[in-house]
Amino acid sequence: MKAKVFVSLKKSVLDPQGKTIHTSLRNLGYSSVEDVRQGKFFEISLDSSLSRLDAQKEVERIARSVLTNPVIEEFSYEIE
Amino acid sequence: MKFGVIIFPGSNCEHDVYHTIGKVLQQPVEFIWHQSRDLAGCDAVIVPGGFAYGDYLRTGAIARFSPVMEAVNRFAARDGLVLGICNGFQILLEAGLLPGAMLRNKGLKYVCRHVYVRVEAADTPFTSRAQKGQVLCIPVGHMEGNYFVDSETLQQLENNHQVIFRYSSAEGEITEAVNPNGSLANIAGICNHSRNVLGMMPHPERASEAILGSDEGLIIFESMVSALVHSQ
Repeated sequence: MKAKVFVSLKKSVLDPQGKTIHTSLRNLGYSSVEDVRQGKFFEISLDSSLSRLDAQKEVERIARSVLTNPVIEEFSYEIE
Repeated sequence: MKFGVIIFPGSNCEHDVYHTIGKVLQQPVEFIWHQSRDLAGCDAVIVPGGFAYGDYLRTGAIARFSPVMEAVNRFAARDGLVLGICNGFQILLEAGLLPGAMLRNKGLKYVCRHVYVRVEAADTPFTSRAQKGQVLCIPVGHMEGNYFVDSETLQQLENNHQVIFRYSSAEGEITEAVNPNGSLANIAGICNHSRNVLGMMPHPERASEAILGSDEGLIIFESMVSALVHSQ
């Protein structure tokens, strides 16, 4: 079983890297780009005997306690 | 009296701090390895700068789970003096010993130069030898020094006078132009509510002898020595 966790800065937090990428894209002529936010992606392999519900709980705990700093970041995830 | 300097894999300012305490101030000091489960009877602990655990994941994020940090947490809860410098500050934030978090510098560049910071409060064990409003010339060297906290917590920090250092001009003016990293309210250092834990981005150990270009950071370590002498 695999979990994909996406971590990004909260909307209320300035993302200077995303802003810089956005500016570069505009300079390259990608005029349709309205905003860019940079984040992190984690692929976590889990014990396949876990139930889907237990896997969700485990991933949420991991994301909350380690993968994100809740002061500045938020996360979403998929389990497949 | 004994100072302890914690070493994580990737710390790189521990010898500078050790030198400042041991040689410049002639006080007992020893290193504490990150795997240690106690603080070897130290009366003050310094979490030095560097790149603990390579700054993997986030600055300070992995260091926070080191065995020694449990001992630091207990020590801080008993009003022990804890000073976090640069990466040490980032570790104390991740550990929840201080509020807020560090973002990448606004200019996206590693900033390494002498800056001025204004002492905002002298009623801490780290600034008792300084005057409120005094300006200190101390170098910074960091990529993530852009302090962030939600507005409610910022207000609490201001109300409780927990902002201890702000980036300023040489004359002590607080302006955006002198802010090296985009830090909220020009914050360069904060303490906890009980005022026994301080985190600061500038490196006072790099400004502790005239030969280094400034000895104005020494006052922070001298203040800690005074506090410990006083408590004995």
